[in-house]
Amino acid sequence: MSATIFFQQLSNGISLGSLYALVAIGYTMVYGILRLINFAHGDLLMVASYTAIYAVTMFSLPWYLSFPLAIALTGCIGILMDKVAYKPLRDAPRISLLISAIGASFLLENLALVIIGGIPKGFPRPEIFAKVIEILGVRVQVLTIYIPIMTLVFLMALLYIVYRTKVGKAMRAASKDIETTRLMGINVDRIIALTFLMGSSLAAAGGIMWALKYPQVNPFMGVIPGLKAFIAAVLGGIGDIIGAVVGGFVLGLGEILLVAFFPELAQYRDAFAFVLLILVLLFRPTGIMGEPITDKT
Amino acid sequence: MNDFFRLESLVMQFGGLTAVKDFSLSIEPGELVGLIGPNGAGKTTVFNMITGFLTPTSGRVLWQGEDITGLSVHQITARGIARTFQNIRLFSDMTVLENVMVSFHHKVRSRFWKAMLGLPSHGKEERRIRQESYRFLQELNLGHLADEKAGNLAYGQQRRLEIARALATYPKLLLLDEPAAGMNPQETMELADLVLEIRQKHALTIFLIEHDMKFVMGLCERIKVLDYGISIAEGTPEEIQSNPDVIKAYLGEPKHA
Amino acid sequence: MTWKGKDMDTSKRNLYCNLAALCLLAVVLYLFDQYGTEYQIRILNNMAVFITLAVSYNLVNGMCGLLHLGPNAFITIGAYTSALLTMSPMEKQMSFIIEPLIWPFSVLQAPFFVSLIAGGVMATIFAFIISFPVFRVRGDYLAIVTLGFGEVIRVLCNALQGVTNGPLGLKGLQPYTNLWWSWGIAVFTIIVITKLVNSSYGRAMKAIREDEIAAKAMGVDPFRHLMLAFLVSAFFCGVAGGLMAHLITTISPTLFTFFLTFNLLIIIVVGGLGSTTGAVIGAALFAWGGEALRVVESPMNFGAFTIPGIPGMRMVLFSVILMVVIIFARRGIMGRNEFSWNWLFTKLGLNAK
Ligand SMILES: Nc1ncnc2c1ncn2[C@@H]1O[C@H](COP(=O)(O)OP(=O)(O)OP(=O)(O)O)[C@@H](O)[C@H]1O
Ligand SMILES: [Mg+2]
Repeated sequence: MSATIFFQQLSNGISLGSLYALVAIGYTMVYGILRLINFAHGDLLMVASYTAIYAVTMFSLPWYLSFPLAIALTGCIGILMDKVAYKPLRDAPRISLLISAIGASFLLENLALVIIGGIPKGFPRPEIFAKVIEILGVRVQVLTIYIPIMTLVFLMALLYIVYRTKVGKAMRAASKDIETTRLMGINVDRIIALTFLMGSSLAAAGGIMWALKYPQVNPFMGVIPGLKAFIAAVLGGIGDIIGAVVGGFVLGLGEILLVAFFPELAQYRDAFAFVLLILVLLFRPTGIMGEPITDKT
Repeated sequence: MNDFFRLESLVMQFGGLTAVKDFSLSIEPGELVGLIGPNGAGKTTVFNMITGFLTPTSGRVLWQGEDITGLSVHQITARGIARTFQNIRLFSDMTVLENVMVSFHHKVRSRFWKAMLGLPSHGKEERRIRQESYRFLQELNLGHLADEKAGNLAYGQQRRLEIARALATYPKLLLLDEPAAGMNPQETMELADLVLEIRQKHALTIFLIEHDMKFVMGLCERIKVLDYGISIAEGTPEEIQSNPDVIKAYLGEPKHA
Repeated sequence: MTWKGKDMDTSKRNLYCNLAALCLLAVVLYLFDQYGTEYQIRILNNMAVFITLAVSYNLVNGMCGLLHLGPNAFITIGAYTSALLTMSPMEKQMSFIIEPLIWPFSVLQAPFFVSLIAGGVMATIFAFIISFPVFRVRGDYLAIVTLGFGEVIRVLCNALQGVTNGPLGLKGLQPYTNLWWSWGIAVFTIIVITKLVNSSYGRAMKAIREDEIAAKAMGVDPFRHLMLAFLVSAFFCGVAGGLMAHLITTISPTLFTFFLTFNLLIIIVVGGLGSTTGAVIGAALFAWGGEALRVVESPMNFGAFTIPGIPGMRMVLFSVILMVVIIFARRGIMGRNEFSWNWLFTKLGLNAK
């Protein structure tokens, strides 16, 4: 493989990794507080993409308005999802919560199928993202460069909120011990809603960038990226934001480079993430960064 | 030194916290030994190391001449050490009788496929387990509740069911973690009688944790005191009661480990 | 005084009742077999296959309290194994156009029943291998790992063309599955799994579900018993996969996605997690209701108007049902209760005592 192709693949891997990372953050944040795998999280990619499409095509909004609008709307849908599917089950066994999450995921997908139909829609790609430039003799889509940069911006904003603001402090407290946090007089429900808002908005941003990169939008587009982002979160040690980002990059780069070096394995690409997950759980059940579990009596 | 049951310098660390430090103890067959100490002293942690829920950071658990450190929980139960839990852990959605029947399972002879095909040998064994389980319930005055859901029992009854369930594993050493917690004085007194009775009847050795001093002092032949993971005293109830270190620990004077 | 189980007084009666019910079922099946429409027979076959699947899936999810999301993997393995064994070497040679079928599948051929058992055995072997990583974790992690194995199998089905014929799948299987096979196996599964659940082994499984820590302390080895439930469940899922293959007569990887698992999950949740009776009721409702609900997805004619069918509507309904049940009626139809003759006789006022 020539150096050029290698760098091209590397940049692809980094931008795919960024997308996984953005989505993984939402999984990890919700898990941190509710100890719930929000199965429907991946479907927010799809929700955001469709919203962006309609904002552009039906309301003829320019992309710089329609994308933030889609992100905000998806954030609200995240909150709604919590209120409808998870909040009534706060005291229920974990298995019920997870089943409700699976139900929510199928509901979103099939609602989209009913309302919009199963035929993939093209995503309107604004000119400025479509350009191809040459860096040191390597031709790359500008998008491939924008994605990691945007991810970094979002990540910085998130880290600022979580580690430098009062709300962030409450969030961290809630993910350590939700009951004590409640007793300290903090409105835990608001913190949870906020967590869903932030996680869902990041997923929406990831979804829009995903659609820019792979401009075919269909009701099930969020399933596989969602699962992989979840795996990224587990790889990084679930509950840990930086871990989720690391996991996202490991997975994104791993997938792309695997296919680049062993083209004959391309058809196994979707299994790679799961095999990695299984290996990690076998040898380090709480991920790369997490602490090992002990039995409590 | 006896060969029956011996703990050799057990240490348990959780991250930076040393919950139990250099804990040694030896118990003779038939003895009734108490373990006391303020909250968070590491008493339950000692039980968890004995029963295999925790693997000690260092040290050994010797049982009838065998080193059982690091064996899994069910293997240790099968070797004749049973326990109850400080915060009751019943199989709430199963009946009282079924709760006890579970304890017989590790000795079940017939293989799973015999059960699946409903062969008579399995049915016979099943009926025997049912009978014997019922006897344990009667012994603990729970016979009339056999078909109740365990979760519906009153608190004191739940505590007794925990003991019945532990007895049904046919242990030689029984570990009771705060058996009198939450009981009124009347119930506590009955419990003391019960403990003596089962020890007699089943030839048990008993090691128990309890905060109720009257209960411990009246019942135990020997007492071990833990404070901040360190064993600060061992002796007869009289010796413990007059031990200045113990008094200091219990009066809550700040003590540095 | 010794313990007198209720079951002892009435065991004879129950035996007769069971036999009578079986005879009744046989008569009903015979009548449908002779006089039923193709549509009715298809629903009845589906019902039996889903009963087999739901009852065995419920053994893991309901009785052991795990959230296992990979039964589609076992069904896939059973379906392919069984199909590859019943196809004649000639048919196989003609089907596998992209890549020839590898030896020994290319020459092996077996009767239907043997192929079903082989499907079950292959699924069990796979379950045995994956149970080591699967049971190192619990809860949500277990859910995601089992789901992962389901995905891995799907990917392999598409990729290993020399075994599965890839995305093309296997076509033109003999429609061996009839009412006798499907219901015979469903009844056998119900009996065997009920016996297991009511045995000392089943009690150990439930104890693990209720409180794994306490169960260990009472001498139960969680790994061994969870594995037992997992393998038994896998076996019957594999067999049901074989039935399914020879019912639909065409199989391809798209048939066995997570969708199938989702359907099974709805069945056992609606029926009541942890109740075999509930699983049977749920499966029956699903097979019948799922078919009945097809109308919402097919075009409808109202005289001059035609309303086009709405694809996805059924799944919307199913997801809503699942969420409503889990949020508002978590115990489903049966909770953890089981049907018993005693209960029926009491209801009918026929119980002497
Ligand atoms: N699995 C664990 N992981 C981390 N820390 C633990 C664990 N188990 C116990 N500890 C800590 O070890 C210390 C001793 O706990 P332990 O439960 O043994 O105390 P105890 O003497 O039984 O107290 P109590 O009278 O309240 O029951 C406590 O500080 C506790 O927080
Ligand atoms: Mg304790």
